[in-house]
Amino acid sequence: MALKIVKGSIDRMFDKNLQDLVRGIRNHKDDEAKYISTCIDEIKQELKQDNIAVKANAVCKLTYLQMLGYDVSWAAFNIVEVMSSSKFTYKRIGYLAASQCFHESTDVIMLTTNQIRKDLSSPNQYDTGVALTGLSCFVTPDLARDLANDIMTLMSHTKPYIRKKAVLIMYKVFLKYPESLRPAFPRLKEKLEDPDPGVQSAAVNVICELARRNPKNYLSLAPLFFKLMTSSTNNWVLIKIIKLFGALTPLEPRLGKKLIEPLTNLIHSTSAMSLLYECVNTVIAVLISLSSGMPNHSASIQLCVQKLRILIEDSDQNLKYLGLLAMSKILKTHPKSVQSHKDLILQCLDDKDESIRLRALDLLYGMVSKKNLMEIVKKLMLHVDKAEGTTYRDELLTKIIDICSQSNYQYITNFEWYISILVELTRLEGTRHGHLIASQMLDVAIRVKAIRAFAVAQMATLLDNAHLLTGNTQRNGICEVLYAAAWICGEFSEHLENPVQTLEAMLRPKVATLPGHIQAVYVQNTAKLFATILKSQEGNSDSTTSEETTQLLIDRLPVFVQSANLEVQERASCILQLVKYIQKLQQKDVEVAEEVSALFAGELNPVAPKAQKKVPVPEGLDLDAWINEPPSESESEDEQPKAIFTKEEPKHARPRHTEVDEKELAKRREARKQEQANNPFYIKASPSSQKVYQDASGVEHIPVVQIDLSVPLKVPGLPMSDQYVKLEEERRQKERAEKKKKEKKKRKEKRSGRGKKHDSGPESEEDITPAHMVDIVTEEMPENALPSDEDDKDPNDPHKALDIDLDKPLADSEKLPVRAHRAAEALKSPVEDAEADNAGPQESRKKSGKEKKKDKDRDRKKSKEEKKKRKHKHEGKEEDLLGGDANEPVAQSEEPSEAAEPPASATAEVSDLDFWLSNAPVSSRTQEATTVAAAAAAAPTTPTAPSITAPVSEPDEPQDAEMEETKSSKHKKKKQKKEKEEKKKKKKHHHHHHRHSDGGVEESVQNGTVEEDEPLPPMSNYCLLAENAYIKMVCDIQGNLQDGSQVVVSVIFENKCSSFLKSMEFNVLDSLNSKLQRPEGSGPHDGLTVPFQLPPGVSNEARFVFTVQSIVMPQKLKGTLTFIVKNEDSSTHEKLDFKLHFTCTSYLITTPCYSDAFAKLLESGDLKSSSIRLEGINMPFHHLLARICFHHHFSVVERIDSCASMYSRSIQGHHVCLLVKTSGQTVSIDAKCDEPTLLGNVLDEIKQTFSLC
Amino acid sequence: MIKAILIFNNHGKPRLSKFYEHYNEDTEQQIIRETFHLVSKRDENVCNFLEGGMLIGGSDYKLIYRHYATLYFVFCVDSSESELGILDLIQVFVETLDKCFENVCELDLIFHVDKVHNILAEMVMGGMVLETNMNEIITQVDAQNKMEKAEAGIAGAPARAVSAVKNMNLPEMPRNINIGDISIKVPNLPSFK
Repeated sequence: MALKIVKGSIDRMFDKNLQDLVRGIRNHKDDEAKYISTCIDEIKQELKQDNIAVKANAVCKLTYLQMLGYDVSWAAFNIVEVMSSSKFTYKRIGYLAASQCFHESTDVIMLTTNQIRKDLSSPNQYDTGVALTGLSCFVTPDLARDLANDIMTLMSHTKPYIRKKAVLIMYKVFLKYPESLRPAFPRLKEKLEDPDPGVQSAAVNVICELARRNPKNYLSLAPLFFKLMTSSTNNWVLIKIIKLFGALTPLEPRLGKKLIEPLTNLIHSTSAMSLLYECVNTVIAVLISLSSGMPNHSASIQLCVQKLRILIEDSDQNLKYLGLLAMSKILKTHPKSVQSHKDLILQCLDDKDESIRLRALDLLYGMVSKKNLMEIVKKLMLHVDKAEGTTYRDELLTKIIDICSQSNYQYITNFEWYISILVELTRLEGTRHGHLIASQMLDVAIRVKAIRAFAVAQMATLLDNAHLLTGNTQRNGICEVLYAAAWICGEFSEHLENPVQTLEAMLRPKVATLPGHIQAVYVQNTAKLFATILKSQEGNSDSTTSEETTQLLIDRLPVFVQSANLEVQERASCILQLVKYIQKLQQKDVEVAEEVSALFAGELNPVAPKAQKKVPVPEGLDLDAWINEPPSESESEDEQPKAIFTKEEPKHARPRHTEVDEKELAKRREARKQEQANNPFYIKASPSSQKVYQDASGVEHIPVVQIDLSVPLKVPGLPMSDQYVKLEEERRQKERAEKKKKEKKKRKEKRSGRGKKHDSGPESEEDITPAHMVDIVTEEMPENALPSDEDDKDPNDPHKALDIDLDKPLADSEKLPVRAHRAAEALKSPVEDAEADNAGPQESRKKSGKEKKKDKDRDRKKSKEEKKKRKHKHEGKEEDLLGGDANEPVAQSEEPSEAAEPPASATAEVSDLDFWLSNAPVSSRTQEATTVAAAAAAAPTTPTAPSITAPVSEPDEPQDAEMEETKSSKHKKKKQKKEKEEKKKKKKHHHHHHRHSDGGVEESVQNGTVEEDEPLPPMSNYCLLAENAYIKMVCDIQGNLQDGSQVVVSVIFENKCSSFLKSMEFNVLDSLNSKLQRPEGSGPHDGLTVPFQLPPGVSNEARFVFTVQSIVMPQKLKGTLTFIVKNEDSSTHEKLDFKLHFTCTSYLITTPCYSDAFAKLLESGDLKSSSIRLEGINMPFHHLLARICFHHHFSVVERIDSCASMYSRSIQGHHVCLLVKTSGQTVSIDAKCDEPTLLGNVLDEIKQTFSLC
Repeated sequence: MIKAILIFNNHGKPRLSKFYEHYNEDTEQQIIRETFHLVSKRDENVCNFLEGGMLIGGSDYKLIYRHYATLYFVFCVDSSESELGILDLIQVFVETLDKCFENVCELDLIFHVDKVHNILAEMVMGGMVLETNMNEIITQVDAQNKMEKAEAGIAGAPARAVSAVKNMNLPEMPRNINIGDISIKVPNLPSFK
């Protein structure tokens, strides 16, 4: 047989492959573990062979075994070997294995750096792709630092496949190496407008992920995202953007106003439920942010709630769930609107689906009022009884407590009822939340004075029946309530009816089986009880009771003295000795009660949880300073002496847990954290161990053992909360009746007079008088507590490191580490380098001398290039500033200050955003009014907003002085300067092709190792309007979406001279077709005052609105700008003439169009067609499209290879459709429009655009 | 962000596990067990979301799952992902598997975990959604498989032959657990273009 012949030559094909392994495992169901262990032995043999194919096969099998739960980290080195195979097949197997089992502490990872770098720059895109995918799973801070630059280069790879992966992985790099965020951000931002939808989507993904954690840093991207939102057709991208806007609107309510319209459009147009839901969600966020200050917006909130109700009532369970989820967002700010849907929410509580029940529970929190609290809780208690799973039941329990205790027990009218609810909750077996109930009991008993007698009685009953709670286990979470019960009975023992009985209950031998910290409380409180008993018996001539009590203590306490728990032992022996001493005194008939009670005298007040933190640090006290010389390292071991005992008795691991409740605990934890943070010897938790840290505290982690009881526990003699509901009802009815009769009758005699009536005025339904005088003692705060309420952010959150100001210009020092010669790196970070060298001596040795030389060469070349670039920049500046050299010193002096004053330019950016936001409602008012208004609105938030704070007062100061004194103007200058520089660069690009167009900030990171796709050159629609020695005007003309007859002209005025320019007046000679909109009351020939003045070197933008009638023809308008040039000694009147060119393009508005609508439009036959041909175009097709989109306001409907359909709409609703095809250097554009004249003109303009470049 | 993607069958046997955050093997198995426990006790006609278990997640995380015939596809995601979007993504994933394996069934996943991983890698990378367009995913997967075939070339032929012979001994693989005949109601399938 042919098979036999082959068999001889290639043995290895009879090695088990993955399929054989799987099959084998399935055939050995009974002895799977044994079979797998033989397989692992085989794999170990295979890994020893030299043949890479065999190794790859073995690694492939290991990956499978890893999924089954076998540790395969021992093969990590073999995985690295397989990763470095030159064959894609094996490489992929290797990277897959690595991505499944490598992590930060895998030590071989540091060997992979060079291999990954090689793969990243491989000519085969799939090698790169596989490396990127793998890296995304196991990137470490070291890898991120070393490879950041390589990945960043890949972000502009020619292949979109690589680009999108590179963009996506940057997020992981940022997380691990936050320093890379700022240098990489400009390019990331640029990828938002990548022609490939996949890349764009990846960029949106990354930025959304970043912005979710630190939204305020990304606010300035809002205009860009807005544009994407209106132009993108990818639902995934839209969802992400819309979610992002949801996070941004709370920070900037004006953004919300702008969003409402496009969101509503999307809601109406989309067929995708997912997108629709996210839109609704964001609309809700917008409405909430808008209405937070204004009550009149609640109508729209009401509308949203109505819509959500429809979702919740839907038969689709998913929608029901999401509806409830969205509802809870509204609940936070507008509880009233949600409250009216209580019926629906309660109905959802009965849903068979647990997810939905949980969501409904969340909502209940905001539904309660004084009126319905009892009813709702009663319903929940029913659910508690019915609930089968402990998770849901525990969730119910915490919710009940949350609901009742919210805002300082605001809704509780009857605390007796609440105490009985808490007592009823103790019947839950095996709950994790015993401590929660306990802390509630303590809290209520301490803070509500009126309830103490009742609470003590209840607690005494609980203690009496303690055996029912503890059952036979001491780890049952519920026994925590005994802690509270014992403490309450002890502390408020004066209210006890039968203290001796309680004392007896607390000294039962069974108590010794309780957890240590509870025993300790028992012991301490027996002493308190003892004191009370002595005191009550003092006047009594018959002293048997006190003597018997003393004897009881002496008999029972020795059990505790023998306790293994240190705390219990210590307290018990102290108290025992004390009691023995008292006994002696008693025998001598000495009155001791007074002295014994004095031991426990004093009122205990509740302390606010943050009280410790709020104690102001006294002046002159440095908490971080050493009091003594820092202790030697050996001393740090003695830091927690109690640990010795903890180890010995892990069961009673809470020696310091004596008289503290949960809040106290939290406080201590906080204090300890503080202490650890300040302790240089304490090794802080790393992010990876963070989870453990968060969960490690508290009692809830004591494993829960169920009591095996078939009958539900009923504590005998305990009141049922239900009866309170009835009583309450009666009480309320009575009250109402009383009110009607207007009789002053004592209410509720049977409640033994404890309930004192609240003297309330006229009573509304909501205003129900509480049954008790709710004397909630407010928690104590230290005197002169600091008002600041800092967020308790987790210091370990990796995203905290990414809270970086992105608008700040890049400093020279901020570069990604480029692969450089070791020696060079050593200068920067000797420690890191040493580590790297130690870790991977192999790799550095492997590197041949030749390669090193190459590296050096490259570096040298790079620095030369950089120098060249810098030189060019300077030249460029000088060229551009001909006649305006006054700018030069300003520009130069700015550069150092940029680095020094980070917030400055951020402010500038914000005011940019302000500007974008300000033209949101483009009204019929004159634009300048809007601008001024916007500036005014911005003024309080940004104290350095332009026009207003610009230094008008001292225009004549010499420049240096001015720069120091008026910072605000400088900020502005900086911003304008930046803009200007960018613009210059843009222009430069056309002339100097050798110059890289990415903008100066990025030049430092270009190393050009990989063939790069030429990135899209930055474009601007601002074109030169007019220029003279004093001033330069550039303008952009845009149609107004809202009004079909309006065109908005934005003009940037730039002061080029060293004098102050003021009283600028902008005037245009109206034509029949176009008119400048002037404020009411001014004549048809009056000019418009430009609403700002220009100090030297500053530029600013103003907007003017024109009304046009016909838009089919381009037209030119003549205009004049007059202004006063003010020098130190003189002022002259100057003017500048200009011609405004209204192209047909400026009447077009970028409008997204779906392909089906587009097809319909073309078929309709209403459109006239025309076409042009462009020759000699040598730019990539996507650049061509981008240009048409940008300069002519089109949007791409569909693109197939070298053919694209585009769409735009004029302000008066003409449809313009283009079909752009390219072949070689020829581009043909077929166009259709319902207005042939307009179309002809637009095409001519397109032609002109491309003839220029 | 997606924290983990799990596929297991009706009995809780893992068919694919992809964690985008490191856990040790034992914890991973625990998570799979816990997730299976949570998901499997739910009825067919309840919602596809549930609040995460103790091990994976916490309050910000959700489990979003779909049940196809014998397999559960579970994604553990945080609040930055759209719930319905992820449901669509699972659908895209399953449809892609269906195209790549031609009527996918559980056995395909059992014997070709590596291929499933490769397909998944084209959709989700490092916990973030990379591509949602099924055609694009299939194009890339096919191109890579082609490369693999080309590399194996003639040398790979005998191995393939052996594998074919080995498969001959198998009892006829039941191929009836495909997803094709189970109609899944997806309200918004055309959403990804």
